[in-house]
Amino acid sequence: MIDWLELTVFLVLFLLVTVMGFMAARWQRGGDLAHLDEWGLGGRKFGSWITWFLVGGDLYTAYTFVAVPALLFSSGALGFYALPYTVVLYPLVFLPVLRLWSVSRVHGYVTPADFVRGRYGSSLLALIVAVTGIVATMPYIALQLVGLEAVLRTMGINASGFLGHLPLLIAFVILALYTYQSGLRAPALIAFVKDILIYIVILVAVFYLPAKLGGWSEIFSAAEQKMAQPSATSGGKPQGSILLTANNQLQYITLALGSALALFLYPHSLTGVLASRGRNVLKRNMVALPAYSFLLGLLALLGYVAIAAGVKPITNNATGRPDTNTIIPALFDSQFGSLFAGIAFAAIGIGALVPAAIMSIAAANLWTRNIYKEYLHKGATPGQEARQAKLASLVVKFGAVAFILFVDPQFSIDLQLIGGVIILQTLPSVAIALYTRWLHRWALVAGWVVGMGYGMYLLYLIPNPANGKAHFGGSALTLDKLTVFGWHPFAGSTVQIYVGFVALVVNLLVAVIVSAVLQAGKVSNGADQTHPADYHADEDSPRLKPVADAVAGTPGAKVVPSD
Amino acid sequence: MSETMPREPRGGGERSGLRFSAWNLLLLVPLLMLVTPWFNKKDPTFLGMPFFYWIQFVWVFIGVISVAIVFRMTRDEPVSHGPDNLGLDDLDERDVR
Repeated sequence: MIDWLELTVFLVLFLLVTVMGFMAARWQRGGDLAHLDEWGLGGRKFGSWITWFLVGGDLYTAYTFVAVPALLFSSGALGFYALPYTVVLYPLVFLPVLRLWSVSRVHGYVTPADFVRGRYGSSLLALIVAVTGIVATMPYIALQLVGLEAVLRTMGINASGFLGHLPLLIAFVILALYTYQSGLRAPALIAFVKDILIYIVILVAVFYLPAKLGGWSEIFSAAEQKMAQPSATSGGKPQGSILLTANNQLQYITLALGSALALFLYPHSLTGVLASRGRNVLKRNMVALPAYSFLLGLLALLGYVAIAAGVKPITNNATGRPDTNTIIPALFDSQFGSLFAGIAFAAIGIGALVPAAIMSIAAANLWTRNIYKEYLHKGATPGQEARQAKLASLVVKFGAVAFILFVDPQFSIDLQLIGGVIILQTLPSVAIALYTRWLHRWALVAGWVVGMGYGMYLLYLIPNPANGKAHFGGSALTLDKLTVFGWHPFAGSTVQIYVGFVALVVNLLVAVIVSAVLQAGKVSNGADQTHPADYHADEDSPRLKPVADAVAGTPGAKVVPSD
Repeated sequence: MSETMPREPRGGGERSGLRFSAWNLLLLVPLLMLVTPWFNKKDPTFLGMPFFYWIQFVWVFIGVISVAIVFRMTRDEPVSHGPDNLGLDDLDERDVR
């Protein structure tokens, strides 16, 4: 059943952002779009408000809005980890992000791998960081499609086979075209619409729905009742709990901390950071961005609201299984009138487009700067770089679509969990290198190899009882299974822990030990292009590299000889 | 390249690579939120929400306050452009500087 009013509202809002996406090319135009600073970083001059919307739109994605409540719906308190995750996030990254902004602005770095290249003079280490970033980002983009698809299927566009994916394909072709045309300015401008819609929808939902369903105490007792019952796959045990249990408490803590450490290592988060005008813009944002965290916490509780409202997940006609990711769209569909449900769906749908655009730009920047220019075309001009990045952004997006078309969406969710484990392995090379070069470049390579290998092995050991798979069934490892060369230090324990955290600890241990050995052996640690004062340079510093091709008279266009 | 760079004319002379302020320690406070046994219980409830849920919303504010204090107290770098408040003029990159 298609609700035409709902669909019309959705389409009108979608059309609005499409027009904005194409117009964005002319918005705040500083210089020539044929330069990565312009296409890939919006001219590096976004102020506080734009950065707030852009980074907020980037970090709090459609998938988050769909998957976090779905997790509470199916397993209870554990899903609420998203709140502590986004609370500890900003204090943790406050200082390192400022250092990274400054050093990148002084040397014109566009990607985290650029920084690693400059800091260690090692193109191998930079390549490792770049490839890790691209591999971790791809399934993340695919997940945005999962979010968009959940909305489309709830609206009744739920055909089977290829036809079922067609609307998604059309939406993504449009997105690809305006990103190609406008670069980072397109998602920056659309983020305004997305976030305003999201705020309206969530605020209405968290006040209106509890009132309608008898208050929060009713909602929590309904949730408690459901969680106490065994589900088809829980083997007679309760399917979840509205409080943490002895087994998942450590998982909750390490997942929150690990996710917080990982988030600003993702290339797309750093794209938003590097596009801002100065250190004060970032500082203000670190104070103001938790407004989204508050919202995310409220949104997460809608998973329980859905239980109280008796909502059932919609069956995905492409896979034939009920898809818990449709729980929030289904809740809106059943509880709101057509007009407001259409707005809510547009909010989630547009919420998928903004991060997908930023992620594809970030991945394209990595490809262009750290693979194409480093290995394939050393003498590439800025114009060639920008053209290469635009093409790469198309490839990345269609790669993500192919993912959805040919692979079970469940698999991309597993890949996303793996993505967090993967990207955490770049923490020593990027975040620690911002403070010290004590970790040796070869030790960083060794730590990455061991951490990545061990992390993948542990993920391989995790089964998923929900769909009967024996491997790669999630990121919660039972300590019983933790092995060190066949030795089980925690044999018999049922306590769970986040694999990414374990792998990071191993990575750091290896990096420290190998560094100590290499330093004792006086092995060269490469040349450092950066100067200690670079890490404090602000927007008015004469150290800054001018944003190329900028028109004189606009901010960031101060022409200072950089060498 | 840095040897010949002009230095910024700031009071206090050369800034070192690592600057530490005791205020930065406040950034560690929100990490206490990760000690879940402290609040993993149902009572007292607030508006029908178990303690576990509403107290974590309170932590959002503790996080914001911690970061805001560090921001205020470590602002030793004067910025060249005008008033430093959150204003709509930030939307316009051609604001008067």
